[in-house]
Amino acid sequence: MATHSIADKVAIVSMGCTTFGEHFDRSTDDLLVDAVHQAWEPLGFSGEDIDAFWIGTYTSGIAGLTLSRPLRLDGKPVTRVENMCATGSDSFRNAAYAVASGAIDVAMAVGVEKLKDNGFSGLTTPRPQDDGTRATSTAPANFSFLAPAYQEHYGVSQADFRQAMTHVAWKNHANGALNPRAQFRKQVSKETIENAPNVAGQLGVFDCSGIADGAAAAVLVRAEDAHRYTDRPLYVKALSLAAGYGAGTIDPMYDYTTFHEVTRTAADAYAQAGITDPRSQLAMAEVHDCFTPTEIVLMEDLGFSARGMAWKDCLAGAFDLHGDLPVNPDGGLKSFGHPVGATGLRMLFEAWLQLREEAGQRQIDTASRGLALTHNLGGQPGDCVSFVSIVGSRLG
Amino acid sequence: VGTGITSYSTYLPRWRLDRAEAAAAVGEKAKGSRVVASFDEDATTLGVAAAFGTFPAGGTGGTVTNPGALWFATTNPPYIDKTNATTLHAALSLSVDCGAYDLGASVRSAAAALLAAARTSGLAVLADVRGGQPGGADERAGGDGAAAFRFGSQGVIAELLGSASTSAEFLDRWANPGDAGSRAWEERFGEGEYVHLAERAVDDALKSTGTVIGDVAAVAVAGPNARAVRSVGASLRRQAGITAADGDLASLVGNAGTAALGLELADALDRAAPGDLILVVGLADGADALLLRATKALEGARGPAVRDGIAGGATVAYPTYLMWRGHIVREPPRRPDPARPSAPYSSRNAAYKFAFVGGRCRECGTVQLPLPPVCLRCQARDSCDPMSAAGATGRIVTFTVDRLAYSPNPPLVSAIVDLDVGGRVQVEVTDVALEDLAVGLPVRMTFRRLMTVDGIHNYFWKAGPL
Repeated sequence: MATHSIADKVAIVSMGCTTFGEHFDRSTDDLLVDAVHQAWEPLGFSGEDIDAFWIGTYTSGIAGLTLSRPLRLDGKPVTRVENMCATGSDSFRNAAYAVASGAIDVAMAVGVEKLKDNGFSGLTTPRPQDDGTRATSTAPANFSFLAPAYQEHYGVSQADFRQAMTHVAWKNHANGALNPRAQFRKQVSKETIENAPNVAGQLGVFDCSGIADGAAAAVLVRAEDAHRYTDRPLYVKALSLAAGYGAGTIDPMYDYTTFHEVTRTAADAYAQAGITDPRSQLAMAEVHDCFTPTEIVLMEDLGFSARGMAWKDCLAGAFDLHGDLPVNPDGGLKSFGHPVGATGLRMLFEAWLQLREEAGQRQIDTASRGLALTHNLGGQPGDCVSFVSIVGSRLG
Repeated sequence: VGTGITSYSTYLPRWRLDRAEAAAAVGEKAKGSRVVASFDEDATTLGVAAAFGTFPAGGTGGTVTNPGALWFATTNPPYIDKTNATTLHAALSLSVDCGAYDLGASVRSAAAALLAAARTSGLAVLADVRGGQPGGADERAGGDGAAAFRFGSQGVIAELLGSASTSAEFLDRWANPGDAGSRAWEERFGEGEYVHLAERAVDDALKSTGTVIGDVAAVAVAGPNARAVRSVGASLRRQAGITAADGDLASLVGNAGTAALGLELADALDRAAPGDLILVVGLADGADALLLRATKALEGARGPAVRDGIAGGATVAYPTYLMWRGHIVREPPRRPDPARPSAPYSSRNAAYKFAFVGGRCRECGTVQLPLPPVCLRCQARDSCDPMSAAGATGRIVTFTVDRLAYSPNPPLVSAIVDLDVGGRVQVEVTDVALEDLAVGLPVRMTFRRLMTVDGIHNYFWKAGPL
């Protein structure tokens, strides 16, 4: 049993992405039409040109009708995908496999979330009916579990770890300031980050990603057909998804210093793509910086840093925009907010821009390294689904 | 030796209200402090905490330890219409064929529970959360706590020699359902009634057992009328020739309603020598006199003493206390309303939810909570035997203070806890000062009320500092 690589069998030939933010004046339908039409426009496409759709949304719609209704699609196969915060990525994964199978010529992966209509603070989670014994702690609280455990395990002082968290927030906001699609487009000083009101555990407001509305979309075709649509397609090199058994709240073997699901998807994706040293072979990575400690731990789980060293590497600027391996060059969830169903495709959209050298002020060097990684996570430490994709600008 | 008490246990919550602070808020003066239940405690959870101590260390439930019946007495029942004793029954893992009954919400139900338990080889649980109108004297004079007494004929530590009761209809103290506090007639009127009612009940109890007041070594008196309690207690002690200065529990704890009689009795048992006669008198709309004789088995059967539970504790600020009791309502967070627990789900999962029972895999030995259909380690199906973690100790793996989540007493403190019996849980941490939270902090699992939604009390287990 194995996940077989579909490297170089599927290509992305167009993408669209709305601005992310508090779109009090735009509906889920508006966002979907915007993202999808952006992707169609360079190809001169309409709905008739797409053979099958996957629409990812966490809470903003039910069934494929979420997409077919606003696009006025008449009788196309449309599947709604939900996999928590990895929803957008899983929509892409399903579309890619459909194309790779040969069953579908042209597929679309779309993700959307409309979070700003409910008026609540933070992300709200639909919960199946239960007996009231499940923890009711919020997402920032659940991710804040990482900090004390990591500090204790590696003997890192809370003050040193705080500096690394601050650096992650500072870096991602600095990157986002250069991105016209980001929700927050301002640099934030380290002083402001550290003096922000506390949300949970060691997390202040600037250690948390925001709540935003947004949508993103991709058109996928067989690799051999790609040049019929664009001169600069991106090729899917690896797709990996892993769901854990919920170790965090039941298994004493889990220590809250890592995401096992991420380690597994990273190893799987690197094997599919033939990557042996991700830190030197990747041009960039978009990772799930839902909270600043998450990004620090992900650097280790994705193999960018040695265990216990990520906090130092972050502080040394290794993952800054022009560092060793730029991480979240578009500003990440920190700058974009996290419209759950759209985030995974928004990450791919940055890979699309950077590898095609269309990222403007944020452009990093992708000429020498033509591979980008996206990592998307749903759930909480010890109880999550993890997704890793690798896309590249060149075949082989 | 006939039937009598075979084990007893008490529980006093961690929190103390400074009477002077509460009195100062309304321009009055008062002394000392009273015991206060936390925001997540109620008569049922206090009762569970006390009742656990009456079971052998091997745990609750099972045919060996099942009492003949469970009798629950409180003036502050978390539910009416629905039985509260069944919550205790579930938390204690008692078997399905054990009757569990609430007694009516009067102070006298304390004596009723003791007498009923004595007749059924049962378990009497007396628990109360006593408040009053905000700023009033009752609020400062009340106390919160619980006591539990197991009766039977094997291993008797205090033989019940006999009892007698008197009843009378008069207005001394009363409340209507839903009232924030009760009302009282002038104390001297009730005192006069109680003195006569107590004399007759004590006299009858002594006569029926062929004893005289001079034989009595300890007197335990409790009731809602403090003046009557002092007066009857002093008179009985004088007649019995007892010089020890008893009767200060009501000052140290506060008058704990139904639990007060149990705390007085437990305090007497804490100090009794084998052969000592203990006269217990409940003064509530009549008088109930019980005459007990301590046996040799008492000395080896004592748990922590009532007075050990009074020492220590932590002070809760008066405004916080008022919020805990709902007299001040906090602004809620901008978050969805909490969901109510599902009745069928709670019923299916009752062993975990109420008794904190998980499983241990027969194939690989892994402990896991709740008891799963598939083992987390070896994936064997239906391989777990039930294993109780009620009251288990453990250590904090990691923790957080959640300022965004809904809590009846924000911020919500949540931790990952590895239990010493094996297994891991994510639970709320209670009775803790935020600055004391740390990786590795030793904790003990305690039965609490997480919140109330749609009138449904969501009972579950939390971790509290050891």
